[in-house]
Amino acid sequence: MAMFTLRRRRPPRLEESFERTLVSPLVLTHPGARAIYWSVFALLLLSTLITFGPLYWMFSSALKSSIEIFQSPPTIWPLHPAWSNYSNAWSVLQYPLYFGNTLILAAGAVILQLLVSATAAFSLSKLRPAGKNIIQFVFFSTLMVPPVVYLIPQFVNISDLPLIHVSLINNWAGVWLPEAASALNILILKSFFDTIPTELTDAARLDGASPWQLFSRIILPLSRPALAVVTIFTVVASWKDFLWPLLVLFNPEVQPLSVAIYHEAGINSNFPLPFNYLMAGLVLASIPPILLFLLFQRQIIRGINLTGLRG
Amino acid sequence: MERSSPSRGARPSRSARSEESVSRGEGLALGRARLFISRNLGGYLFLLPALFIFALFVWYPLVLGFKLSFQSVDMINPAIWVGWANYQKVLADPLFGVAWHNTLTFTGYALLFGYLVPLVLALLINEMRHGKALFRLAFYLPVMLPPIVTAFLWLWLYNADFGLINALLQAVHLPGGLWLENQSTALPALVVVATWGAAGSTMLIYLAALQGVPASLYEAAEIDGSNLWQRIWHITLPTIRPIMLLMLVLQIIATMQVFTEPFTITGGGPNNATLTVLILIYRYTFQDAEFGEASALGVILFLVLAVFALIYMRMTSRLMEAD
Repeated sequence: MAMFTLRRRRPPRLEESFERTLVSPLVLTHPGARAIYWSVFALLLLSTLITFGPLYWMFSSALKSSIEIFQSPPTIWPLHPAWSNYSNAWSVLQYPLYFGNTLILAAGAVILQLLVSATAAFSLSKLRPAGKNIIQFVFFSTLMVPPVVYLIPQFVNISDLPLIHVSLINNWAGVWLPEAASALNILILKSFFDTIPTELTDAARLDGASPWQLFSRIILPLSRPALAVVTIFTVVASWKDFLWPLLVLFNPEVQPLSVAIYHEAGINSNFPLPFNYLMAGLVLASIPPILLFLLFQRQIIRGINLTGLRG
Repeated sequence: MERSSPSRGARPSRSARSEESVSRGEGLALGRARLFISRNLGGYLFLLPALFIFALFVWYPLVLGFKLSFQSVDMINPAIWVGWANYQKVLADPLFGVAWHNTLTFTGYALLFGYLVPLVLALLINEMRHGKALFRLAFYLPVMLPPIVTAFLWLWLYNADFGLINALLQAVHLPGGLWLENQSTALPALVVVATWGAAGSTMLIYLAALQGVPASLYEAAEIDGSNLWQRIWHITLPTIRPIMLLMLVLQIIATMQVFTEPFTITGGGPNNATLTVLILIYRYTFQDAEFGEASALGVILFLVLAVFALIYMRMTSRLMEAD
């Protein structure tokens, strides 16, 4: 506290005014305003317990013995932390298999979605063929149709594709292909491609570059930030996906983590896992997405800005 | 573009000028077609993967859904046209009213709990000169968790005998509750879970929107002697109002599709108190093998969501505008 007040005491510099918000830096030099500021700060700090609390509880429950976890009142930190719960959960829940499946599902989703969305966005933004406005409208109008309204027909579709009569049930392609139809990705990439000056692509075209060369040599290298955003969002969405893989992948060999956890521990499971193992399993399943957020915070926040929600 | 094409398209026909006018016209048309192709072929080729995927996995299933809703389908016997029978059966199902009531109640609670919380959080965090990154992280973290983790974690927190929530209540001498087993508390309990898992993402969107409020407006208002509330009411909120409306519609659309929480935490119970429309669709399909009825209910859900989607579409019409 003392450290902060010391730092605040320096006179407010003029440059700071450009990043001012509702409350001006000048007002915060008054003791009364500062007291309010710090009580709001304390309040926010306290409310982080609402999210950190349950996460901590998951982590600490995972370290308890199967007796201690059912102790009332519960211990805040386990008396004898059983780190072996993690390794047991890892093997009991067959994590190597399901982690692998989850990664494959995410990787395939990224490759396919980037391929489908980037080519379409490039065409709409730079090649602009005749009828582009209609095509664009047809793509973007699917933003309004949540996939759940055609959940069952999609399932029927996947289990017997038209014309070729192939079933993609229990096949990763059955998850990858429907996900690849992402109007949001096309929108994000198109709005980014639009910011690349047309002079650049026009000049290359005059020099005889083919559309493919424009795409692969100019647009893609310049769009790394947007591609990164789409990649991260796709990985997160794929890692969080539950309902569709649950319907399509009922063979345990191909299931991702979230579906496997549901079948192993769900209310329908015949042999419910010990709770401490389940908690350890949940912690293990949360670590990769949390790491992803810590590493790519900037890109995720930029992605939220890129989706055009800034108004 | 349009204006230049006739003159260029006329070029190949120049060599055939001596011939009769019919072939001249043909040559002109041919040249024009060739030019059209050379101009647009690349564009169409690049659109091909997306058009293919969208046709097969969005537009076709959408149409198929309407078709299936008029058929009796069990995936074993050939489909039979049954007219409106599926719709009649779905509407006559006593669970239809229960599912819609629960879904709309869920949406109502979700707006009550979840609409203002992210906005207030964003407003407060945006004013912080310290720990902004920590707060952002703290409130966004649950968004990153797989929903199944969130669901099972809260199943454990809500546990009547050994859960954290009842233990905390006991510590301050308040009675605990059978949160998930009680018909009147089960649905609100699930709303808390869903809000916990989603509020952070709305908060980040508001935080981004707040960056767009021009500081000069605040300064001018301050010089005019306005107080904090007046600035929030007359500057901040009007500036971010489009996004607030958008979030409202998006939140309604999203919460009406609620599935994971009731499916994994309560399984639709107790006594169907958390049975939602989507769970009913799931049951029709995978318990009763009534794909037609499931599709009919899907079409009804589609029509209801379409109303909100149209509102959303009008709001985002700027995105859809041809440029």
